[in-house]
Amino acid sequence: MSLTDRELWTVIHGMGLGALFLLAFAGGLAGLWSLRPEFMTVGGLRERIPRLEIGTAVMAVVAWATVLTGTYVIYPWYRAAAQTSPKSLLLADPTKAAWHTFGMEWKEHVAFIAPILATAVAFVVIYYGPQLAREPRVRKLLITLFVIAFSAAAVAGIFGAFINKAAPTI
Amino acid sequence: MTQIVERTRLAVTVPAYWDGLYAPTKPSGPAAAAILAAGIGCFVMGLVTSIAAGVSGFSNAIAFVNPVGPLSGKSDIAIATYLVAWLVLYLVWRKKDINIGRVGTATLILVALGILGTFPTFFDVFVG
Repeated sequence: MSLTDRELWTVIHGMGLGALFLLAFAGGLAGLWSLRPEFMTVGGLRERIPRLEIGTAVMAVVAWATVLTGTYVIYPWYRAAAQTSPKSLLLADPTKAAWHTFGMEWKEHVAFIAPILATAVAFVVIYYGPQLAREPRVRKLLITLFVIAFSAAAVAGIFGAFINKAAPTI
Repeated sequence: MTQIVERTRLAVTVPAYWDGLYAPTKPSGPAAAAILAAGIGCFVMGLVTSIAAGVSGFSNAIAFVNPVGPLSGKSDIAIATYLVAWLVLYLVWRKKDINIGRVGTATLILVALGILGTFPTFFDVFVG
């Protein structure tokens, strides 16, 4: 039972960083959703704001780490000209070609939406701090951007998992 | 004794959060700058993806990192535009109150167009 270097990087990219972003989303969404003055106690606000600031900042960093490792470490192996590269194997089989022509082509581009939006959300959460609780329009906009960031990451993650199943990077 | 210490600690730390909550509202400019810049970054990602699909010369020219190919240029251009837009908007809006509703609408339209531009069924229309 062992992993090659390429498999290890794939695990770090997808099951480590990518999964961490997707799993942390629920906590961040709940934090933003319930950050309303009518729900807040002094203790709740004191406990929640630093957690939300740190959580969204970590999610933004993780999102960047995910797309950068995917683009600059794993993607070159995927698209190598060799006949044994995952891209070559998928395109050589008409029943699997769409995993590249649709799946990978969308995944590799839409993934960048996630860290860009996650960074904006983290910045605004940190900028407003406790005052975010009395800025309902800003909070709702952040929730929308957060959901879009999650959706983009989910598209990338789901296609990544299926593509790696159809043609593993080994 | 422990309760007294705890009450004292809360009395010192908790008001800081209430002060933060009820402090004079911060100008919305810096937040609006970050949000709109993100929309611009997403839009540019979709735009360069669609242009690269239709113009092979452009696609080849933006292969900044050879093993990564054109994706390196698309992402670099989108990220650079995003950061420059954020910096410029921040400098212009940092002390202003900007209508966050309008910025939000503009951002969501830009993000939607950006996602559309990255969608293969859409950008394949431009493939020569």
